[in-house]
Amino acid sequence: MILLKFLEKSGELGLYYINQAGRMVIFLLHVIISTFKLPYYKVSNITKQIYIIGSLSIFVIVFTGAFTGMVLGLQGYNTLKKFGSEGLLGSAVALSLIRELGPVLAALMVTGRAGSAICAEIGIMRNSEQIDALECMAIDPHKYIMAPKFIATIVSMPLLTAIFNVVGIFGGYLVGVKLLGASEGSYFTSMYKDVEFQDVYMGFVKSLCFGLLIVWICAAKGFYVHYERTGGFGAEGVSRVTTYAVVLTSVSILVFDYFITSLLL
Amino acid sequence: MNTEPIIQLIDIKKGFGPQQVLKGINLSIYEGKTTVIVGESGKGKSLIIKHILGLIKPDSGKVFVFGKDLNKMSGKELKEIRSYFGVLFQNAALFDSMTVFDNVALPLRERTRASEGDIAGMVNEKLKLMDLEGSNEKFPAQLSGGMRKRVGLARALVLNPRIVFFDEPTTGLDVAKSNEIYRVFFRTQTKLGYTAVIVSHDVPKIFKLADYVALLHDGIIQDCLPPEDFQTSDNPFIREFVEKTMGLIYESEEVEG
Ligand SMILES: Nc1ncnc2c1ncn2[C@@H]1O[C@H](COP(=O)(O)OP(=O)(O)OP(=O)(O)O)[C@@H](O)[C@H]1O
Ligand SMILES: [Mg+2]
Repeated sequence: MILLKFLEKSGELGLYYINQAGRMVIFLLHVIISTFKLPYYKVSNITKQIYIIGSLSIFVIVFTGAFTGMVLGLQGYNTLKKFGSEGLLGSAVALSLIRELGPVLAALMVTGRAGSAICAEIGIMRNSEQIDALECMAIDPHKYIMAPKFIATIVSMPLLTAIFNVVGIFGGYLVGVKLLGASEGSYFTSMYKDVEFQDVYMGFVKSLCFGLLIVWICAAKGFYVHYERTGGFGAEGVSRVTTYAVVLTSVSILVFDYFITSLLL
Repeated sequence: MNTEPIIQLIDIKKGFGPQQVLKGINLSIYEGKTTVIVGESGKGKSLIIKHILGLIKPDSGKVFVFGKDLNKMSGKELKEIRSYFGVLFQNAALFDSMTVFDNVALPLRERTRASEGDIAGMVNEKLKLMDLEGSNEKFPAQLSGGMRKRVGLARALVLNPRIVFFDEPTTGLDVAKSNEIYRVFFRTQTKLGYTAVIVSHDVPKIFKLADYVALLHDGIIQDCLPPEDFQTSDNPFIREFVEKTMGLIYESEEVEG
């Protein structure tokens, strides 16, 4: 009897998650198709989203980038010194930032800053019937609301990652060279020598994929807030789904990071 | 009169969990006419409108709009049909991060190629019609409930729709404003000839505007009749409704007189 109940519950849960996953895939396809469909775009819609998602994240990105680079300089210098190879500090900092830490940390910061905002905004629009109102005006919310956010996030992510990397490299320089006294020349020459196109390419691919993940998960979760199993109603429903979207996005970023790395290496 | 209904609901049933809300709705709406749906609160009037808009799928039954089955349409067809609609939701459903002006301008900006100058002209005209001058730059949260309703009305009418759906257009308005809104309906309808589906609790007054009145009771449209016939119908539920909503006025007059 208990076993039967258990089977029933787990079956129900399984169906629910399959349903959710299916909806998210359909949502993504719908957005992609409507992104490339005519009628014309309002450029102002996209630039506004780039401002909200991208420009307003710059401060956080610069801040976290600087400290990440500084701690890398600190740790790297002390570790490398043991082997007498402080000269490689520049390439160590740059490679870890460009290949790994830059894309991942920048994506996590953008998830927290912009992803949560996307999810909450769309969730509230859903709950107050604003999305229904759009549909009744024959305006496709996938095109009108989602497409600009998708474009803006995917365009912003590589740029923010680049800023993160550059600031991080100078943060490492500040600590490693100016503070701890590694050689200034070898910091940059080792970097020029060891960083290859392949590394930059990997970081670029990662940042694009993470950008898509962020906007996809956060937007879809908000868009389907009314299908949430735990009840997606009102302010609490939106707050719950936002938390869930941020957690799910962060986890997916780390999981996908592993797979992208193993594919590209 | 064109005898083909423009919208037809056939045996629509809809329930939420154990609660059976609509138990077989049959309703026809004719072109150029105003159909008013009345009934007790919480019995599914808004739900009927959402079925016609295609926002909710019925458990069983069919909705025909312009002779086509709404639930068998492609997304493109549905979009085309909706482009003839003007909708006022019960809660107005304004875009709360846009100003009043942008709310009303949105359908024009997204659906037409009108220039900003023309858009401003059309929007201001509609806002003036609704007596909302001077609130252009306010946000929905800064408006009163009645003002929000009127912004919603302006937005519903701005593209000159062929069919309008108003869910309680005058709830929350004072008597003078609601009379003014009725006059606006009358004027715009004679000018544009749109079909109207109105949900209202404003009972004796809305009868003046209605071509047909439909009573929703117990999950079923009891009958859909012209107002004069509605008031003299033998259907026990309609009689009860008429007595309850209109009788009171006469009673209190008797007491006062
Ligand atoms: N999404 C939903 N989930 C569950 N129940 C719902 C949903 N939508 C409507 N209902 C139920 O359906 C019934 C009818 O709701 P509806 O909003 O259509 O009432 P109404 O006739 O428009 O009332 P009012 O005159 O107060 O606006 C209500 O009992 C409501 O609880
Ligand atoms: Mg209602």
